[in-house]
Amino acid sequence: MDRDQALAFLHDMTLARAFEERAAQEYMQGNIAGFLHLYPGEEAVAVGVLHACEASDYIVTTYREHVHALVRGVPAEEVMAELFGKSHGCSRGMGGSMHLFDAERRFMGGYAIVGETYPVAVGIGYGIVLKDLPEAVICFFGDGAVNQGTFHESLNMAALWKLPVLFVCENNQYQIGTEIHRHSAVPEVYKRASAYRIPAERVDGMDVLKVYEATQHALQQIRAGTGPQLIECVTYRFRGHSMADPGSYRPPVEVKAFQQVDPVEMALRELSLAYPSPEQIATAGPDCLLRLREYCLDQGHLHEESIKDLEQKVQAEVEAAVQFALECPEPTMDDAWDALLCNRNGEVLT
Amino acid sequence: MADEIFYWQALNRALDELMAVDEAIFILGEDVGLYGGSYRVTEGLYAKYGEWRVRDTPISEGSFTGLGVGAALMGMRPVVEIMTVNFALLALDAIINMAAKVPFMSGGAFPMGLTVRMPGGVAKQLAAQHSQRLEHTLMNVPGLRIVVPATPQDAYWQLKQAVLSDEPVIVLEHELLYFSKGQVDETLPPPPPHRALCRRQGRDLTIIAYSKMAALAEQAAEKLVAQGIDAEVIDLRSLSPIDWHTCAESVARTHRLLIVEEDCRFAGAGAEIAATLTERCFTQLEVAPLRLGGLDIPTPYNGRLEAQTIPQVEDIVAAAKQLFN
Repeated sequence: MDRDQALAFLHDMTLARAFEERAAQEYMQGNIAGFLHLYPGEEAVAVGVLHACEASDYIVTTYREHVHALVRGVPAEEVMAELFGKSHGCSRGMGGSMHLFDAERRFMGGYAIVGETYPVAVGIGYGIVLKDLPEAVICFFGDGAVNQGTFHESLNMAALWKLPVLFVCENNQYQIGTEIHRHSAVPEVYKRASAYRIPAERVDGMDVLKVYEATQHALQQIRAGTGPQLIECVTYRFRGHSMADPGSYRPPVEVKAFQQVDPVEMALRELSLAYPSPEQIATAGPDCLLRLREYCLDQGHLHEESIKDLEQKVQAEVEAAVQFALECPEPTMDDAWDALLCNRNGEVLT
Repeated sequence: MADEIFYWQALNRALDELMAVDEAIFILGEDVGLYGGSYRVTEGLYAKYGEWRVRDTPISEGSFTGLGVGAALMGMRPVVEIMTVNFALLALDAIINMAAKVPFMSGGAFPMGLTVRMPGGVAKQLAAQHSQRLEHTLMNVPGLRIVVPATPQDAYWQLKQAVLSDEPVIVLEHELLYFSKGQVDETLPPPPPHRALCRRQGRDLTIIAYSKMAALAEQAAEKLVAQGIDAEVIDLRSLSPIDWHTCAESVARTHRLLIVEEDCRFAGAGAEIAATLTERCFTQLEVAPLRLGGLDIPTPYNGRLEAQTIPQVEDIVAAAKQLFN
């Protein structure tokens, strides 16, 4: 990984963490309402995957998608304003945290019913083939979504018609409060793809470089016309499922492990339900963001002072986003009716 | 004089004419391709346009309807055929949570040129799981348009309008209408897709109906002449939006309203029509509006019982007479 790329990853991951922690604060302040699903711990997935995509590729994602939007280039102001429900939010205040959209950036939305991203991605992939274009679709989903019928229906169709879809599982190992061994007979998500002869790979989702390389490789195959691919990124969310969830069902030792311990060891638990031992915790490395920082320091890409500079710069970005969101006007009911009737094309009903 | 053709042929002609000129249009559904469609609606199109534009799908209603949503988002015009409305229950997430919501939730940033065609209604002894009507569910969803063509001419016009619309449109076709015949004049300019049609003018009573019931209402109106009742028959053609103006104008003249629907009466389309027209025309009504609907019971397999669960011509005649007691 060259210096520019490492720094770009580090910027996005640092921004992602700072943005989400600030969103949590704004939620506590009452500026953000509804459901708020945060991403700390999982940053390596969105950053690694989306940096490997082209601007012409389409992104379909879930309700835990603020970071995907940020990494895709949606300005932090517009994302924060959407969380605040304001008129200059990227969905004009009509979508909120779970429904970020940006047509220009081919950010095709956050979907809040588990299992919806697959058919949307497959449909876009179908359109790409019909139009004979070199584009691809990235379809994010969580580990809890693999037991929805649409997973199997859509993977079957994608494979059957060799559609250019990259399925990316963000396996944070919890379906809200149910741990993966309690919700999936086959907890290795990537193995399920073999039922549809879709090439699949499991990667360390705490390692941004590994995610990036796996995505690059998969997209090369997809653009060569060989059909869909699946990547399972094993990761962990440091917070509860949403702001309404304290996450108390998780053993404190496990949360601590993922925050402090080499995520790879945890990720390789496979079928074992064993949690890491205190020895493992004591000998382990840092979380995905700290890991990337250490890498940058080791490689001589950065000095300690420049990390401080980066953190300050990112804090300023987030602060500006919050200020923008605070000052942004509220949408009106006219805006809401316009959104509903956006495709009526001036037809007047009499 | 235009040729008389079957309702299914009118739909087929509409699709063929549109697909010939617009490559963004493609059809997908179970057995729509090689087989030609369960009711022949897509007959011949697979051979003409190829498998990518007339796509036989696996039995995966939720995902192939969702596929239509994804394709529409990127500017295509998918025409999804769901074999019957009963199977559309498996696709309601795609229809209600996705097609009807995404343009709105994005703040108006995406087109949704999705058409979903589905036959429904009580046909001939198909039993409770294959005889349902779903309009009540879909009417309650803002963001969807619902058309209910009753004649080959309307099938031709309204399907074309649906496919070319950037809004998601549900086309509810009745299984017993596919082999009904009527003239289709392709040279006539179509009325707006939501416009209600006065199929018979009358002075004494307004009968509002849609889909297969529109023809039954017309037959009932002819029988009512002998009873000295001159009934006006309005075919709604669209259930969302509804052409309230045409309905209210008629009620204002006749002062009596009968609503006929095949769907179960409880919380059905007729309830909405009666409520809104009562609000709008309360002072002009001589008597309270009357709803004649299907019985609130799953459809029995037995043929005689099946017929008793939905309005017949004689039932409409009897209901109309009640309004004059």
